[in-house]
Amino acid sequence: MAKHRGRGVATINYPIGMNLGGDPSQALVHSNPTGKFTVALSSIDLGQGMKSVTRQICAETLGVPVEDVYVDTADSDTGPHCMGSFASRGTHRVGNAVMAAAREARAVMMEAAAEELEVDPGDLETDGRGAIQVKGAPHRSISVRDVAIAAQFKQGKTISGRGIFLVPLSDVNPETGEMSPATCYAHACLIAEVEVDDETGDVAVLKMTSAYELGRAINPKLVEQQLVGGSWMGMSHALYETPEPYYPDTREGPRDFNEYLMPGPGDICPHDIAVLERPAADGPFGAKGPGEMCANPVLPAVANAIFNAVGVRIDELPITPEKILRALKARGGAAGAASARAR
Amino acid sequence: MLELRKDIFADERDDNLKEVGKPTQRQDMLGHVTGTSAYYDDHRFANLLHLKILRSPHAHARIRAIDDAAAARAPGVKRIIRAADVPVNLNTLLSLIQFGKDDEPSLATDVVRYKGEPVVAVVATSERAALEALALIRVSYEPLPAVFDVEEALKPGAVSVNAAYPKNTFEYYNKYDHQKLRFGDADAAFAQADIVLDERYQMSPIEHAPTETNGSIAVPDTNGRFTVYTSTQALFFSLDTAAKINAMPSNQLHFIGGTVGGGFGGKVDTLTEPLAILAARLTGAPVRHRLSRHEEMQFGSPRGGERIYVKDGIMRDGRIIARKVHAYFDSGAYTRLSSYAAVKCAAHIPGPYTIPNVYADVYCVYTNRTPATAMRGFGVTALDFALECQMDKGAVAVGIDPLEYRMLNAYRDGDMKAHRREAKNCALIECAQVAAEKANWPLRDEFRRMSSRAGGGAQRTSGGADRTRAPAPAPAAATRPAPAAPQRVTYERPAASAPAQNAPPPRTPAPPPAAPPAGSTHGAPRFSSVFGTRRR
Repeated sequence: MAKHRGRGVATINYPIGMNLGGDPSQALVHSNPTGKFTVALSSIDLGQGMKSVTRQICAETLGVPVEDVYVDTADSDTGPHCMGSFASRGTHRVGNAVMAAAREARAVMMEAAAEELEVDPGDLETDGRGAIQVKGAPHRSISVRDVAIAAQFKQGKTISGRGIFLVPLSDVNPETGEMSPATCYAHACLIAEVEVDDETGDVAVLKMTSAYELGRAINPKLVEQQLVGGSWMGMSHALYETPEPYYPDTREGPRDFNEYLMPGPGDICPHDIAVLERPAADGPFGAKGPGEMCANPVLPAVANAIFNAVGVRIDELPITPEKILRALKARGGAAGAASARAR
Repeated sequence: MLELRKDIFADERDDNLKEVGKPTQRQDMLGHVTGTSAYYDDHRFANLLHLKILRSPHAHARIRAIDDAAAARAPGVKRIIRAADVPVNLNTLLSLIQFGKDDEPSLATDVVRYKGEPVVAVVATSERAALEALALIRVSYEPLPAVFDVEEALKPGAVSVNAAYPKNTFEYYNKYDHQKLRFGDADAAFAQADIVLDERYQMSPIEHAPTETNGSIAVPDTNGRFTVYTSTQALFFSLDTAAKINAMPSNQLHFIGGTVGGGFGGKVDTLTEPLAILAARLTGAPVRHRLSRHEEMQFGSPRGGERIYVKDGIMRDGRIIARKVHAYFDSGAYTRLSSYAAVKCAAHIPGPYTIPNVYADVYCVYTNRTPATAMRGFGVTALDFALECQMDKGAVAVGIDPLEYRMLNAYRDGDMKAHRREAKNCALIECAQVAAEKANWPLRDEFRRMSSRAGGGAQRTSGGADRTRAPAPAPAAATRPAPAAPQRVTYERPAASAPAQNAPPPRTPAPPPAAPPAGSTHGAPRFSSVFGTRRR
């Protein structure tokens, strides 16, 4: 009777946006009379940070500080259409729509500033701190606030923009499955280290180490929150969760959190993450999206680590202590992969 | 802890940015951490009514009669809603994008097809009054045989679950009962493979388990409009679905959402809004319809249980020359979004690897269980579990380090994918290299030098003329077009570095392998540097 350590790996990729495309999102951006911007969306912030990601993208594109942008979302009377917050589409689809809208608004803002400074709009740049200046001559500048006031009350211009992003719907060849499922893919490699108790069948995940390639981390803290939280969900999927413990038999379904097993705080392990950025040609600043994929590599990595630790393959999720003990019994005890017969 | 590896792919990026890339605090942080962010259920209304659902106790049964007379007279009950009261009772979610037939009633009419299917709705002055009224409703059922296993459901003579799809499978292109993927000639390649690995994987159904259960409040507004506060993940998707079911112009509905207590895919189905709106129309009062935890866990749609068979044809040098997948998505009694997920699954096969011969059939199957729906990684999570466990077994079978085995087969820029699109912007190899470095997972030099940007191309999948034959079991050096030297993959390694692995015999006799180049250990199973020894 002993505890056995092992580690397993998985490498995956993940398509960004709805499969086959055809899933548009729109955005509206406008300035109030004192140069503060509102982004109007109908997209949903599930807690993943949609509002913050689109806010940073908008500020970057406009060339104004992030504090001067506020994202208003999820009201069908004011926000234009968005397909929804799913399919890892928020950053890519909505981000692109916001970028397009912000570009249009920026063009008007620069025109208005040019009129005030009596220069060509092409000679102007934003300093990112709330001012617009002549390239190479920063002393000739005007604040975004003064530009907005002038545009509204003097020039009669709306500093606003509309944006939509749509990946056109792909056909599917019924015979071969030929199709264009996605325009870009995120990538990951995750290594899980586990300890398996061959007496109880208990599995403890000791550590996860991963590398995720996401095009561009628009906000590294939000990326981290997604990757850490997603890995817990993946670990939970691998080892704990099911509303149908005897699937496909429907007996014994849990009714609440007392009966539905999930890891507790004590089961959570350290996760050492690296993020790589290979920009997608059609991503906002190259961004893809970490949303769904972060749970995926954990399931197989944990299963493979269990094999590495005790030499049994559990191909049915979740990998419960009962399944491990039955498999160990069938194979005559625990043994690491060194002596495990290859399947 | 998160480390940004800006050094990798730096030549493809402009990092001269002011706001993007910064760890700016989220706009809604203060509201979230002080508990003042408003969720749908934080809105308060005078005279709020509560809607509760009577659900089927049977997995499959004919409804003979419903007697709700006593419930209608019960204290606090304002309205009983039956199937006939729903303007457009039959719907399918993806009808909004013209995909599939209307197959799911808001309230059951003649047959219930899963345990928990909604039959009657009661609207009352309190949740308690509604629940007590539900207990007074008498439904006479004639139980019918049920089917719960995806492969049983496909057998001739199986119980027919869904009236719109009597053969228990979603119809693709009005033609097939599954989604096909065909690339190269998998069967011919299996005949040439040194090792054939045929395995079965089973994903479990999984509950989204959001902190906030599904729910909505529909409030009659002035001028014939209704304001709907909702937990939806997809505002217009839910609005348009609710408008269709209620036969209302979409601009009579004003949906407000936006702060959601966890979704993970379980709040796309629009489970509560249509009946809440109908009840508000019928009573003229605000109506809340929220799922209890028990309802959420058992009758709110879960992630489906997918069964996946994967068969690989592998050469001793580690190349996977063929992969065949049969996948069965357990959609439950109705389609919801599983039909879509099956296509996404087919698109994802054979995973992030370049395999010249790929064959897949993916089925969306109806069974008498709670309809499945989207969940994080929809269509892909179960497949990744199957494929990555399969990759591990393949690595053990050929005696190659499991990470190196993946890198060897990893897709690269210019490779042809099974759905016939060229791979670009790949980064699987680089992720493997960085993760290995962080975890002290030993990789041989040639794998540390490998790149997604070099060595890919048509030759790896014979992208053009003749894909009917798998590449001959040639030495590794011939498997890739002559790449720049540092990216070259070779398999040289002293055979004596470890004892021979106990590899299983190939299931089909392998053709004699081509003579390996001098110094190559092609065909000789090696022992993994990582898995070769038991770690303690």
